[in-house]
Amino acid sequence: MQDIIDQLAHAIREAASHKTCLRIRGGGTKDFYGGPLRGESLSTTAYRGVIDYEPTELVVIARAGTPLPELEAVLREKGQMLAFEPPHFGSSATLGGAIAAGLSGPRRAYAGAVRDFMLGVRMVDGKGSDLRFGGRVMKNVAGYDISRLMAGSLGTLGVILEASLKTLPLPAAEFTLRREQTQAEAIALMNEWAGKPLPLSATCHTGGFLYVRLSGAVAAVRAAREKLGGEEVTDGTTFWRELRDQRLDFFTLPEPLWRLSIKSTAAALDLPGEQIIEWGGALRWVRTIADAQTIREAAARCGGHAALFRGGDKTTGVFHPLPPVMMRLHQRLKQAFDPAGILNPGRMYEGL
Amino acid sequence: MSATSTAAPVDFIRQQAVARALRVFLPEPAVLFEHEDVKPYECDGLSAYRQVPMVVALPENEQQVQRILQTCYEMRVPVVARGAGTGLSGGALPLGNGVLMSLAKMMRILDIDRPSRTARVQPGVRNLAISEAAAPYGLYYAPDPSSQIACSIGGNVAENAGGMHCLKYGLTVHNIMKLRVFTIEGELVEIGGEGLDAAGYDLLALMTGSEGMLGVVTEITVRLLPAPEYAQCVLAAFDDVNKAGNAVERIIAAGIIPAGLEMMDKITTGAVEPFVNAGYPLDAEAILLCESDGNTQEVAEEIERMKAVMHASGATEVRVSHSEVERNRFWAGRKAAFPAAGRISPDYYCMDGTIPRKALARVLLAIAELSKEYGLRCMNVFHAGDGNLHPLILYDANIPGELEKTEEFGAKILKLSIEVGGTITGEHGVGVEKIDSMCVQFNPLELETFHAVKAAFDEHTLLNPGKAVPTLRRCVEFGHMHVRAGQEKFPDLPRF
Ligand SMILES: Cc1cc2nc3c(=O)[nH]c(=O)nc-3n(C[C@H](O)[C@H](O)[C@H](O)COP(=O)(O)OP(=O)(O)OC[C@H]3O[C@@H](n4cnc5c(N)ncnc54)[C@H](O)[C@@H]3O)c2cc1C
Repeated sequence: MQDIIDQLAHAIREAASHKTCLRIRGGGTKDFYGGPLRGESLSTTAYRGVIDYEPTELVVIARAGTPLPELEAVLREKGQMLAFEPPHFGSSATLGGAIAAGLSGPRRAYAGAVRDFMLGVRMVDGKGSDLRFGGRVMKNVAGYDISRLMAGSLGTLGVILEASLKTLPLPAAEFTLRREQTQAEAIALMNEWAGKPLPLSATCHTGGFLYVRLSGAVAAVRAAREKLGGEEVTDGTTFWRELRDQRLDFFTLPEPLWRLSIKSTAAALDLPGEQIIEWGGALRWVRTIADAQTIREAAARCGGHAALFRGGDKTTGVFHPLPPVMMRLHQRLKQAFDPAGILNPGRMYEGL
Repeated sequence: MSATSTAAPVDFIRQQAVARALRVFLPEPAVLFEHEDVKPYECDGLSAYRQVPMVVALPENEQQVQRILQTCYEMRVPVVARGAGTGLSGGALPLGNGVLMSLAKMMRILDIDRPSRTARVQPGVRNLAISEAAAPYGLYYAPDPSSQIACSIGGNVAENAGGMHCLKYGLTVHNIMKLRVFTIEGELVEIGGEGLDAAGYDLLALMTGSEGMLGVVTEITVRLLPAPEYAQCVLAAFDDVNKAGNAVERIIAAGIIPAGLEMMDKITTGAVEPFVNAGYPLDAEAILLCESDGNTQEVAEEIERMKAVMHASGATEVRVSHSEVERNRFWAGRKAAFPAAGRISPDYYCMDGTIPRKALARVLLAIAELSKEYGLRCMNVFHAGDGNLHPLILYDANIPGELEKTEEFGAKILKLSIEVGGTITGEHGVGVEKIDSMCVQFNPLELETFHAVKAAFDEHTLLNPGKAVPTLRRCVEFGHMHVRAGQEKFPDLPRF
């Protein structure tokens, strides 16, 4: 396996010396995500497999090219999971891609995001150096937290080689219910419930229904189920997976798909088109033809940001524009990790 | 690094110039430089290191923070931020040629937003004050360091502080949403947001635990959690530390994530018992405190499972708290461990290595051997659930050479922590204290990356310089060699 690392590092050093761009790629299931794909493809898929998994340490260390379904199966066998429920968007999705994209699934609001479970990373930076940060223990404050910085950096700071992640036990019981509810009611309920000690693990409003998943001890789930009422959704597992992987009907609509990450209590967004509300109100998916400016202003008013997730016109940028001081810090960080600017340039922002 | 209390001669001309520049916009009492006024700031919780600052500035609001930074930046004066000064690694140790900026006066809770379960607070607010203010809403701030009655939330962010309950509820980094930060140049950046993520790089994570090296935090939005309905605690005694370690592993293997899981060894229980009268079994080699929270029935079920694991792991005694008073009494001893160390010894030195749990027996055994070798007693308190060890080495600073011996002992524990796959610091930070051990944990390229990150925020190295990340030259001088889990990772790299 060291030979694969050497090859990756070599490719990066070559590209850096010739100032040619590289586009880091795992399973390619998220090619649609982010800015334009530039440069020659640098694949991580050969560097795969679980390196170490110790269920009693709640830690798994795996190579970036490991397919997510494979990793999850290994964990499931020992009664554990990746609690951030990463979207797959296809069976070839890799761990490295999931981390670099920084996307988390329905459980995010209640269990945490990818970055929250990152314990350590091994990476090759834009100079071709093989570096390790963090480690395999739950608590670690030696040096800056580069492992978490890598989550969501869209491959612009380095190639993730390995990651160690915190795992969690699968819940003993899980139950999905739904109640007919307007958007406004759903937002109010999601927030009200989140303020109570209930075993929530996912919430979603779509098609006039509020879906709620409860996970945890049998007794806790039973009690919450009685408290929340509604009707049982028998194929709950399928519903949440389809939501996670964007296979619900909503995601087949023709309009551009926007992702707005905002304050959970923000009122239903006044934008044309259909919406799905997730994460206790903090995530809004909007299928809309409204212009970017309008959408971004709406997100900013609600204390958050908007990204053009699928479709639409990407020429004005995909992600929410950063204020100048923030952009400068981003550029300096990029410079620190990738001085030649060859790794996934423009995938996040032009100039990064 | 070995402890110092250097009295470098104060550059009075410079001191006057800086104080004058600050007094242009700060009231007179907010700029201190007389020896007796600045002396109280000479150290943080790691009192073996002392240094009187050239000037102390006490801002009351963001505008003042900004102007202090702008002024220092222009004059190229280094700045050290300070919260409550409870840090245990010398992170807030002042510089004799620098300004110490205390954020203690910025201690207002600006807003508690009940519907969105967040609180917006100034950096000088005490950790516990947030939970107290949120309590009427049935909410609380989860990270609960033992120092929570004193330490500031700004300091918690800078150290990524943890607490008894972080295995289940996370560290500071998992419980904050947004920061307002001023760079050394005095520019405001808002990091994070009111949603669950933000555009761009995860600077919220990068800032957390950065030990005041990247910016000065002036406002924090924290996430509040609903207070659990009910909690109970199991106290289990073991006649062998190994058995206690195994019990910890079995709890996790049973799929239980306890709300708290702490271990204390015999010397610790012996030290705290007279202090708190917790009723600990004093003949036990180790005791575990294992907490469950949730709804009443869930807790009842989980406690049964915990008890079963403890018995199966060979516990000699298992008790369960049956009231809040009793539960608090179980915890009281754990919370009093540090002060108790101070009672049975003139000085103590707290280590903070984190190790994979399975290495516990090996590490504890090695610590016991080192304790004999150095002739220094050592109490072991342990955030067992997440592998964070706090060996407290007991020593007497008045005995010549004993502090040096203690530091050597400590450095060996840290080296061992790295060798078993752990880290030199779980929650207290590197500061000045563990800076040489950083050369052991990271190779030169990794250290260079840290310096590059620092430079991205602070080109002229003016914010808390000399802390957290050693220069490569320093690593050479101290002759420390990078090790990783017992093996040399880059045999081909030049050794500095
Ligand atoms: C008895 C005792 C028990 C402890 N128990 C725990 C524990 O259980 N868990 C734990 O994690 N820690 C513990 N600690 C350590 C300490 O309390 C924590 O590290 C705490 O977070 C420090 O907060 P402070 O306000 O005292 O910070 P300080 O000591 O004043 O400063 C710490 C660091 O933060 C920086 N800083 C402070 N404020 C700011 C700001 N606003 N912006 C930027 N940088 C800033 C400083 O420059 C310094 O580098 C304990 C300490 C004691 C004495």
